[in-house]
Amino acid sequence: MQKTIKLIIVGIFILIVGVFYLSLNKNSNYDTRNLVGKKLSEIHIESFYEDKYLTNDILKKNNFLLINFWASWCSPCRTEHPILMKLNREKNLSIIGVNFKDKKSNANLFLKNLGNPYDFLAKDELGKHSINFGIYGIPESILINNDLLILKKFVGPLSTADYKEIKSIIIKK
Amino acid sequence: MKFKLLTLLIVFFLFEVHASSSNVEQNQIFKNIRCLVCQGQSIADSNSDFAQTIKLVIKDKIKEGKTEKEIYNFLIEKYGQWIVYKPPMNGSNFLFWLFPYLIFIAGGVVIIMFFKKKENN
Repeated sequence: MQKTIKLIIVGIFILIVGVFYLSLNKNSNYDTRNLVGKKLSEIHIESFYEDKYLTNDILKKNNFLLINFWASWCSPCRTEHPILMKLNREKNLSIIGVNFKDKKSNANLFLKNLGNPYDFLAKDELGKHSINFGIYGIPESILINNDLLILKKFVGPLSTADYKEIKSIIIKK
Repeated sequence: MKFKLLTLLIVFFLFEVHASSSNVEQNQIFKNIRCLVCQGQSIADSNSDFAQTIKLVIKDKIKEGKTEKEIYNFLIEKYGQWIVYKPPMNGSNFLFWLFPYLIFIAGGVVIIMFFKKKENN
């Protein structure tokens, strides 16, 4: 009898330690890793220049597609812009720029001054479409293949290391 | 005249009830969604850009007729389970959900055994 009670108490103790061990070792920060390997669905982005929506066919035109969320008011977007200009030279890759909560005139000026690395330009005036892509701040970029499968997600400005990583992924094909 | 007035009042009352109930549901969802760019705040408590956008999306989903569960599932699919304060039970967190019940059962077993022992004595 005493033995059973002791066993239950030891069992509960081990359970408590186990629960704390699991929860304290768990990364509680938001991570976008869970999106990698998933297919993009519900792609619904409005063209920047025309009054129409970009279709899946446009997205599937090239082997790889980089969807970059940017705005003229976003300072880190200026930092990553030269990387995007370099990526624009890659033949295996198309780049879509999604202009996020921005004024059209400011966005145009931004591209005029720094160059336009985008093959397609879209806009998300209220930021609602970006939720479909799991975006929570800009700049963010998503690398997908022509099956609309997410290969990599970059939170924050693209760095030289990111550039090399993207290049290595698209060259493999 | 009286009949018309009564009908108008009933329609107005029904409209009010509907409006307040959908508002309650909306606030309930806002309170269960974590603001990912804030420190320990739900989107109901935050005025951040991210929280405002998520609120707009949730309002749209409610208008589309999506249920509370469907809205949570949509956001979990996009941002992971971290976005909801009350994540659904699954393989990785079932222990956390079962823990209180296990403690309750174990406590019950201990009490029963204690009384049985007392009876035997």
